[in-house]
Amino acid sequence: MAEEELFDVTLVINGVTHTVAVPARRLLSDCLRHDLRLTGTHVGCEHGVCGACTILADGVAVRSCLMLAVSADGAAITTVEGLASPDGALSPVQQAFADCHGLQCGFCTPGFLTTITAALAGNPDPTHDEAREIIGGNLCRCTGYQNIVKAVLRAAELQRTAAPGDGVAPGNGG
Amino acid sequence: MKPSTFGYSRPESVAEAVRVLASIGPDGKVLAGGQSLVPLLNMRLAAPTHLVDINRLTELAYISVSDSEVAVGALARHADVLRDPLAAAAQPLLGQALRLVAHPVIRNRGTTVGSIVHADPAGEMTAVLALLGGSVRLMSTSGERFVAAKDFFLGPLESDTRSDELATEVTFPVLSASAGCAFAEVSRRLGDYAICGVAALVELGADRRISRARAAYLSVGPTPLVLDLGPACAGVSADAGRPDFAEAGRLVMGQLRPAGDIHATASYRRHLAGVLTERALHEALAQAGERAGG
Repeated sequence: MAEEELFDVTLVINGVTHTVAVPARRLLSDCLRHDLRLTGTHVGCEHGVCGACTILADGVAVRSCLMLAVSADGAAITTVEGLASPDGALSPVQQAFADCHGLQCGFCTPGFLTTITAALAGNPDPTHDEAREIIGGNLCRCTGYQNIVKAVLRAAELQRTAAPGDGVAPGNGG
Repeated sequence: MKPSTFGYSRPESVAEAVRVLASIGPDGKVLAGGQSLVPLLNMRLAAPTHLVDINRLTELAYISVSDSEVAVGALARHADVLRDPLAAAAQPLLGQALRLVAHPVIRNRGTTVGSIVHADPAGEMTAVLALLGGSVRLMSTSGERFVAAKDFFLGPLESDTRSDELATEVTFPVLSASAGCAFAEVSRRLGDYAICGVAALVELGADRRISRARAAYLSVGPTPLVLDLGPACAGVSADAGRPDFAEAGRLVMGQLRPAGDIHATASYRRHLAGVLTERALHEALAQAGERAGG
């Protein structure tokens, strides 16, 4: 079988520039996990249903299993690894998950954290219903959603009380 | 759960894109948002030999509103259309339907034109286009053509788009001042595919009574189905409190022949179509009454 053509792809991930050569069919999720060894992004269903692989591309939450890595060439990517401050301090959304017991096994958590981080950047004060809609595209099989809804509202509260420039905006991690 | 091998091009202009499409033959495919195509690739339900990635064609990332229509370019994401205030004012049905298209994260990437070309009979935007009667603009190296909504949907996942053509724009007529619209659907969870859905449009005469009414149905046949509800609704007043649309519901249930599947039996789908028709007509009539003033 002929070797597959490779494409050079440059991604700025959590502030660090990576260049990698991948075939066109490489999913962005697999590029992150396998080529770049950033395994914080989890892969659940690989057809856009579960939300575990959600990342931010140029500040916008997207499913990394539904994007080709080659198509993301040039994008600024934030993964779950980029949410905490460089000194390890948790972001408001991460802190809220800890405060509210928003996770058990943690498999789905990276997707929830990125999804909620992006949503709160656009809507810093969601209602209870809006909090439920924010996480409507993410599946969790163990925690149950009640504590995750609480975590969305708690994260919004933490974010509002945090000093400006504390590193809560998407895309500035790392 | 990984795509099979394909060739890949990422043109920088529409002219270049249609040249590539012309050169790669019938098994090529356009990649826009990829929110329907990439799952098909991952599950190997589709295996195109070549993808033409149009995500660099920022010239197509537009939404423009005139007195007569809302034009949506092929790179406008669902989320862009949903939050466009001019589009929402000109044609409220767009927003009413888009908030039911998958989840916010999918809407961030998926494109409205792409979902229409994909022609999923469970798609909300296919029903919107079918109901409003807009058109699709298709470009190729031999020029451009416009296909009317009623001619565009040929079958499940099949639209009248030739393999050498790029759908660059979809236009939706604006809502007239004395009309109202609504979108109603039932799905297992918000964001799931609808078990049944309906987009309804009513127009009022000068006497504030319904002069025309029609509705488009999703998930009940191979293509979006449009029914004329005029015979069951004509003459109903916008000022009648809560009018009885049971006759319209019965008319719809008599005309639809949905299939049963793992999600719903045929008779349940038909029942939903009747109930949702009544709900959507109430909402559309209330909106028409408000818009018409008086």
